[in-house]
Amino acid sequence: MKEEGKRKIWREYQKEIADDKYYYARSCIRQTFFPGSEAAFINILKKELNKDIFDSAQHTTCTGIAYHADVVPFETTMTVIARQFALMTEAGYENYVPSCITSFGLYTEVLETWKEFPEVEAKVREHLFKATKREFKKPANLAHASDVIFKHRHEITAKAKYKLINVKTGKPLRGVEHIGCHYAKMFPHKGVGGAEYPYVLAGMIQEWGGEVIDYPERRHCCGFGFRQYLVKANRGYSIACSKKKFEAMEPYKPDFILTNCPGCPMFFDRWQYAISEMEGKTYGENGQGIPVLTYEELAGLVLGYDPWILGLQVHQTPVEPLLDKMGIDYNPNAKFLGPNNEYLNKPIAPNFLKFY
Amino acid sequence: MGYYYDLLMKDVRFKEGMNACINCGTCTAICPAASFYNYDPRTIANTVQTRDDEKILELLKSETIWYCGECMSCTTRCPRSNKPGLLIIALRNLSQELGLFVESEKGRQQLAIKRTVGEWALNYGYCVVAEYVDTEMFPEQGPIWDWEKQNLPQIMEKLGANYKKPGPGALRNIPKESLEELKQIFEVTGAITRFEKIEKYSKLKAEEMKLEFGEGFNNEYFQHIYNTNQKNHYK
Repeated sequence: MKEEGKRKIWREYQKEIADDKYYYARSCIRQTFFPGSEAAFINILKKELNKDIFDSAQHTTCTGIAYHADVVPFETTMTVIARQFALMTEAGYENYVPSCITSFGLYTEVLETWKEFPEVEAKVREHLFKATKREFKKPANLAHASDVIFKHRHEITAKAKYKLINVKTGKPLRGVEHIGCHYAKMFPHKGVGGAEYPYVLAGMIQEWGGEVIDYPERRHCCGFGFRQYLVKANRGYSIACSKKKFEAMEPYKPDFILTNCPGCPMFFDRWQYAISEMEGKTYGENGQGIPVLTYEELAGLVLGYDPWILGLQVHQTPVEPLLDKMGIDYNPNAKFLGPNNEYLNKPIAPNFLKFY
Repeated sequence: MGYYYDLLMKDVRFKEGMNACINCGTCTAICPAASFYNYDPRTIANTVQTRDDEKILELLKSETIWYCGECMSCTTRCPRSNKPGLLIIALRNLSQELGLFVESEKGRQQLAIKRTVGEWALNYGYCVVAEYVDTEMFPEQGPIWDWEKQNLPQIMEKLGANYKKPGPGALRNIPKESLEELKQIFEVTGAITRFEKIEKYSKLKAEEMKLEFGEGFNNEYFQHIYNTNQKNHYK
């Protein structure tokens, strides 16, 4: 399809994203595996963009992973979500911003279910009051945290220290964007660009100077599959899905993979390591992997944040090839230092994946 | 005729997910599970719409309903707005309600999921708890995760988390009052009853299979369901 045609379709799938006064809900997976990303998101919102963002101590998991692994009933998940909305209401906010895509999908699904089945909403309100004595208003605006960064991408460009340009060749860096399935596959109109041409990450890559790669398995799942990863006996499903994508993207020589779901970057990062250990296969140049980033990490790099404060040292697939291509000024010797510059020893090097 | 169909129709996800399936197979073409397992979402939709009790009962006891990854790719594509992924969720729920999940290798895994993410969500307020994730249960987490686990408080502090502390922030200790509210919600909305059912039917199955059944991970039944793969699930 011609670029002009794509842009027309994207225009039809623009969603409303609140400009300020956000209520933030953290992600179980992102906090555990990419805590630096959530810290970067709050820093970017508060310090770079001067926005009001509320970070509650009281909110919990939405139960999304347990729900999609089918051990928690829908009634429970809806009521936990209702409690999150109650906390937002009590804090005086109405723009709900989850960090997690599974959560975002579930919040969307729950709100749509309540629209279609008002008696279900009434029951949830009853359950919530019985369990917690809380009441809630529904959010005026629901946007994923990647939507918020997308909305403010031009302001980030205005403050950028680095671009997605190869400093040696002067050419745009080429990125694979991977949208979490639950961002727009269930409710295409709730995602920027819909399910067919999601633009939320592509827009960031293009805005910051890079080029987006189109490839055959672009919309295939990363392979989380909930129970398909959670139980060791099922994990062949998970690694096979990721491998299918790596094989499809490899010929296009991507410089990086960008993700908006908290699980996808963890799987792409770890499965590259696992495939290298199992088959000796790596997908980058010279034994390197393809660096996998969250959108917060990419925004942070563009803004000149220290890679080791963003948390890029906790990636199993090293990100140094991308840092070098972007010309980022970083200290390789500080990678394994703690908060007080104490040396934390070095992780064991993988057998095949190039280690820094 | 229609007994199990009527039970499924009590679930809003089933009502949402089931319109008339025209057997076009678009869902199967797009489905990641169908490219990996002996799995065909088209057949699932077609089977449930027959309302045939015998066939639906067979599904509720089958391996088949546990192959889906709930990615919902099928939802985007169906020309009749069916949602096979939602049908699967409804079938899995009913299979657990009726205690039929223990009749399949993949269904029996629900105990492992209940004892990990289910209990982590209830007891800690997080679906993932770093302390329980190790490279024995999750070898693909690799040496970087071993390094993180060895230095968790320092690394979390460096990365701006509020690890195991009160107040807002990543990986904070969820306040006791919030955990108590979560527990009340689980109680009032049926999650505790679901957990008890999973335990009860799993214990009975363990006795039938002559496997030691105990709490936590360190017992024969848990290890069996977590690790066993008969490898007859694939194309």
